[in-house]
Amino acid sequence: MKKALVTIAIGLAASVAATAASAQATLNAVKQRGTLQCGANPSLAGFGVPDAQGNWTGLDVEFCRAISAAIFNDPNKVRFIPLSAKDRFTALQSGEIDVLVRNSTATMSRDTSLGLDFPAINYFDGQGFMVRKTLGVASAKELSGASVCTQQGTTTELNLADFFRANNLKYEVVAFATADETFKAYDAGRCDAFTTDASGLYAERLKATNPDDHIVLPEIISKEPLGPVVRHADNQWGDIVRWTHFAMLNAEELGITKANVDQMLKSDNPEIKRLLGTEGKYGEAIGLTNDWAYRIIKHVGNYGESFERNVGQGSRLKIQRGQNALWTKGGLQYGLPVR
Amino acid sequence: MNAATETLHFVRNEQVEAAPPPRLVRGPLAWMRENLFSSIPNALLTLATIYLLYVIVPPVLRFFILDAVWVGVDRDACRAETVGRPVGACWAFVADKINYFIYGSYPIPERWRVDVFFVLLAIGVAWMLWLNAPRRGLGAIYFFVVLPILSVLLLAGFKPLSLPPVQTSLWGGVLVTIVVSAVGIVFSLPFGVLLALGRRSKLPIVRLFSVVFIEFVRGVPLITVLFMANTMLPLFLSEGVTIDRLMRPLVGVALFASAYMAEVVRGGLQAMPKGQYEGAMALGLSYPRMMYFIILPQALRIVIPGIVNTFIGLFKDTTLVAIVGIFDLIRTIEASRVDPNWATPTTSLTGYAFAAVFYFLCCWGMSRYSLGVERRLAAGQKR
Repeated sequence: MKKALVTIAIGLAASVAATAASAQATLNAVKQRGTLQCGANPSLAGFGVPDAQGNWTGLDVEFCRAISAAIFNDPNKVRFIPLSAKDRFTALQSGEIDVLVRNSTATMSRDTSLGLDFPAINYFDGQGFMVRKTLGVASAKELSGASVCTQQGTTTELNLADFFRANNLKYEVVAFATADETFKAYDAGRCDAFTTDASGLYAERLKATNPDDHIVLPEIISKEPLGPVVRHADNQWGDIVRWTHFAMLNAEELGITKANVDQMLKSDNPEIKRLLGTEGKYGEAIGLTNDWAYRIIKHVGNYGESFERNVGQGSRLKIQRGQNALWTKGGLQYGLPVR
Repeated sequence: MNAATETLHFVRNEQVEAAPPPRLVRGPLAWMRENLFSSIPNALLTLATIYLLYVIVPPVLRFFILDAVWVGVDRDACRAETVGRPVGACWAFVADKINYFIYGSYPIPERWRVDVFFVLLAIGVAWMLWLNAPRRGLGAIYFFVVLPILSVLLLAGFKPLSLPPVQTSLWGGVLVTIVVSAVGIVFSLPFGVLLALGRRSKLPIVRLFSVVFIEFVRGVPLITVLFMANTMLPLFLSEGVTIDRLMRPLVGVALFASAYMAEVVRGGLQAMPKGQYEGAMALGLSYPRMMYFIILPQALRIVIPGIVNTFIGLFKDTTLVAIVGIFDLIRTIEASRVDPNWATPTTSLTGYAFAAVFYFLCCWGMSRYSLGVERRLAAGQKR
């Protein structure tokens, strides 16, 4: 018995990873280890879900793959660590993961007192409303007197109160303990409107008895900027994460896609040349190779491609680009120039 | 005296009238009269129960079997408006995800290793449970020593045998549920016995340690231990040093189960009459021999129901590891049910129903087996 114990202890203790990750050395640690450790959400439709084979898919998951592609020229050198909302920041602070891409809202307190940094925002989310088409409502401002299904004790409930009070509208809250119950009640006709984060509205709509009977109203009543998180104080690593996002944005803006990136290498456009590393030494400046952005686009694609594939028209969620459109198309996604 | 006896003398001189035939004592009607409608309250309870069954069973059958969808490739198969009829459970969803529910994200080319592990475990369990099996002593060594070593090498990877390492973050589903409960069960019984003996020992330090350990572990909820292990522990370790995320709850569950097992076993030890101890000592047996040959075999038999009860509780408690981000069966179902490809009104319910069936079959099996063992071991006490 004791022998078995000792053996098991040794066997599993062998997996005790002793990675010496000091403040400036995340990139070195990742390179040395040969894999990127990425904290992920295991069950959020469109952002992080395992498929039938157990492979991870989603917008956040592809962001991790993009970082891996930039470093290793291989999108699969990522080890995804599924984290709950409670232990996600601890895992990052303790060095168990290198980057957290788990639909985490960037807020001031997290940025400052938790010792974290939000280098980029890869999805602008916000609270929205869903109603039945038969209600004949086209804007949330017409919801006066409506009953609204929401989840108890969340910021969603508070935002709802603020919105209706600010617009001087009457409403009635019907609150439930879990997200499932809330949507079931709305689907059963207990209330006129259902509210949660906009990305969640589209995912929940698929569960409705008749998904086509429901529409998502255009108003967004709160700010939920979601993005990757890194430890404070390792600026080089933060730069890599930030510029991974900007590279995907700039690629979309310049019309570079996964399919045409090889032809684009021959382009004469100086912006494309700088991005793909055929001119200048921008990649080396962040500790990578000069073709870092080429690798990201080659293996993962540009931001628009990733968006449409996971949450947009190419997926079942069919989320509109909205605030996540490029700045040139009226959205908020603005990639800083590579120069 | 004589006269009185004579007057009391009685001889019947005509045939007694034949009594009416007894009411039916055999057959279904008689059984029902005796068991279901023996009195008015009994009859009312019977009718109420039948009504409840009538209300509950047909809709459940309709939902899970008659209206259920068995084959399909995506959510369109399970939506009422595309199928054109009311849709019940979406078993096609379970069929599509079944590999994920069993193996989690374990790499596909390496999944045979998990299958081999399941087979090895089944052999070990059968060897231990089948009371007439040959060489059961060897079976115990296999189960408690060889099997754990083989499992670790097989599942985690072993370079010399060219088994590439598979990180525990990829393990999932039934595999993790079985691993966590097997570790809990395999470790808790021997440790529990040791702790129980320690608590009744005359050596003060051993006794103190056992008492403190048992009382401390029993005094905290399992969920606290798990949170401590997965959320707090990383903050205490120096930066960059991490202990495997699966290893942490495994240790927690094993320690936890041992403390409960110890109290169950202690109950058995205390139920032994003092004469058994004295008899053993009078024969000149040493303490280990007394325990091994006389006391433990009897004490453990008494507490078989308690031991199995603890195992069943432990088996179901393993679902708690889902809360700290370990992908046990429940967690894999949770993760899959949000998949937009399968999102329908009944997907979640189907997933949970699948889990319920799995847990019921396992727990029911354990419970039936323990009943059998009890009956067999109690043969000597039957009158």
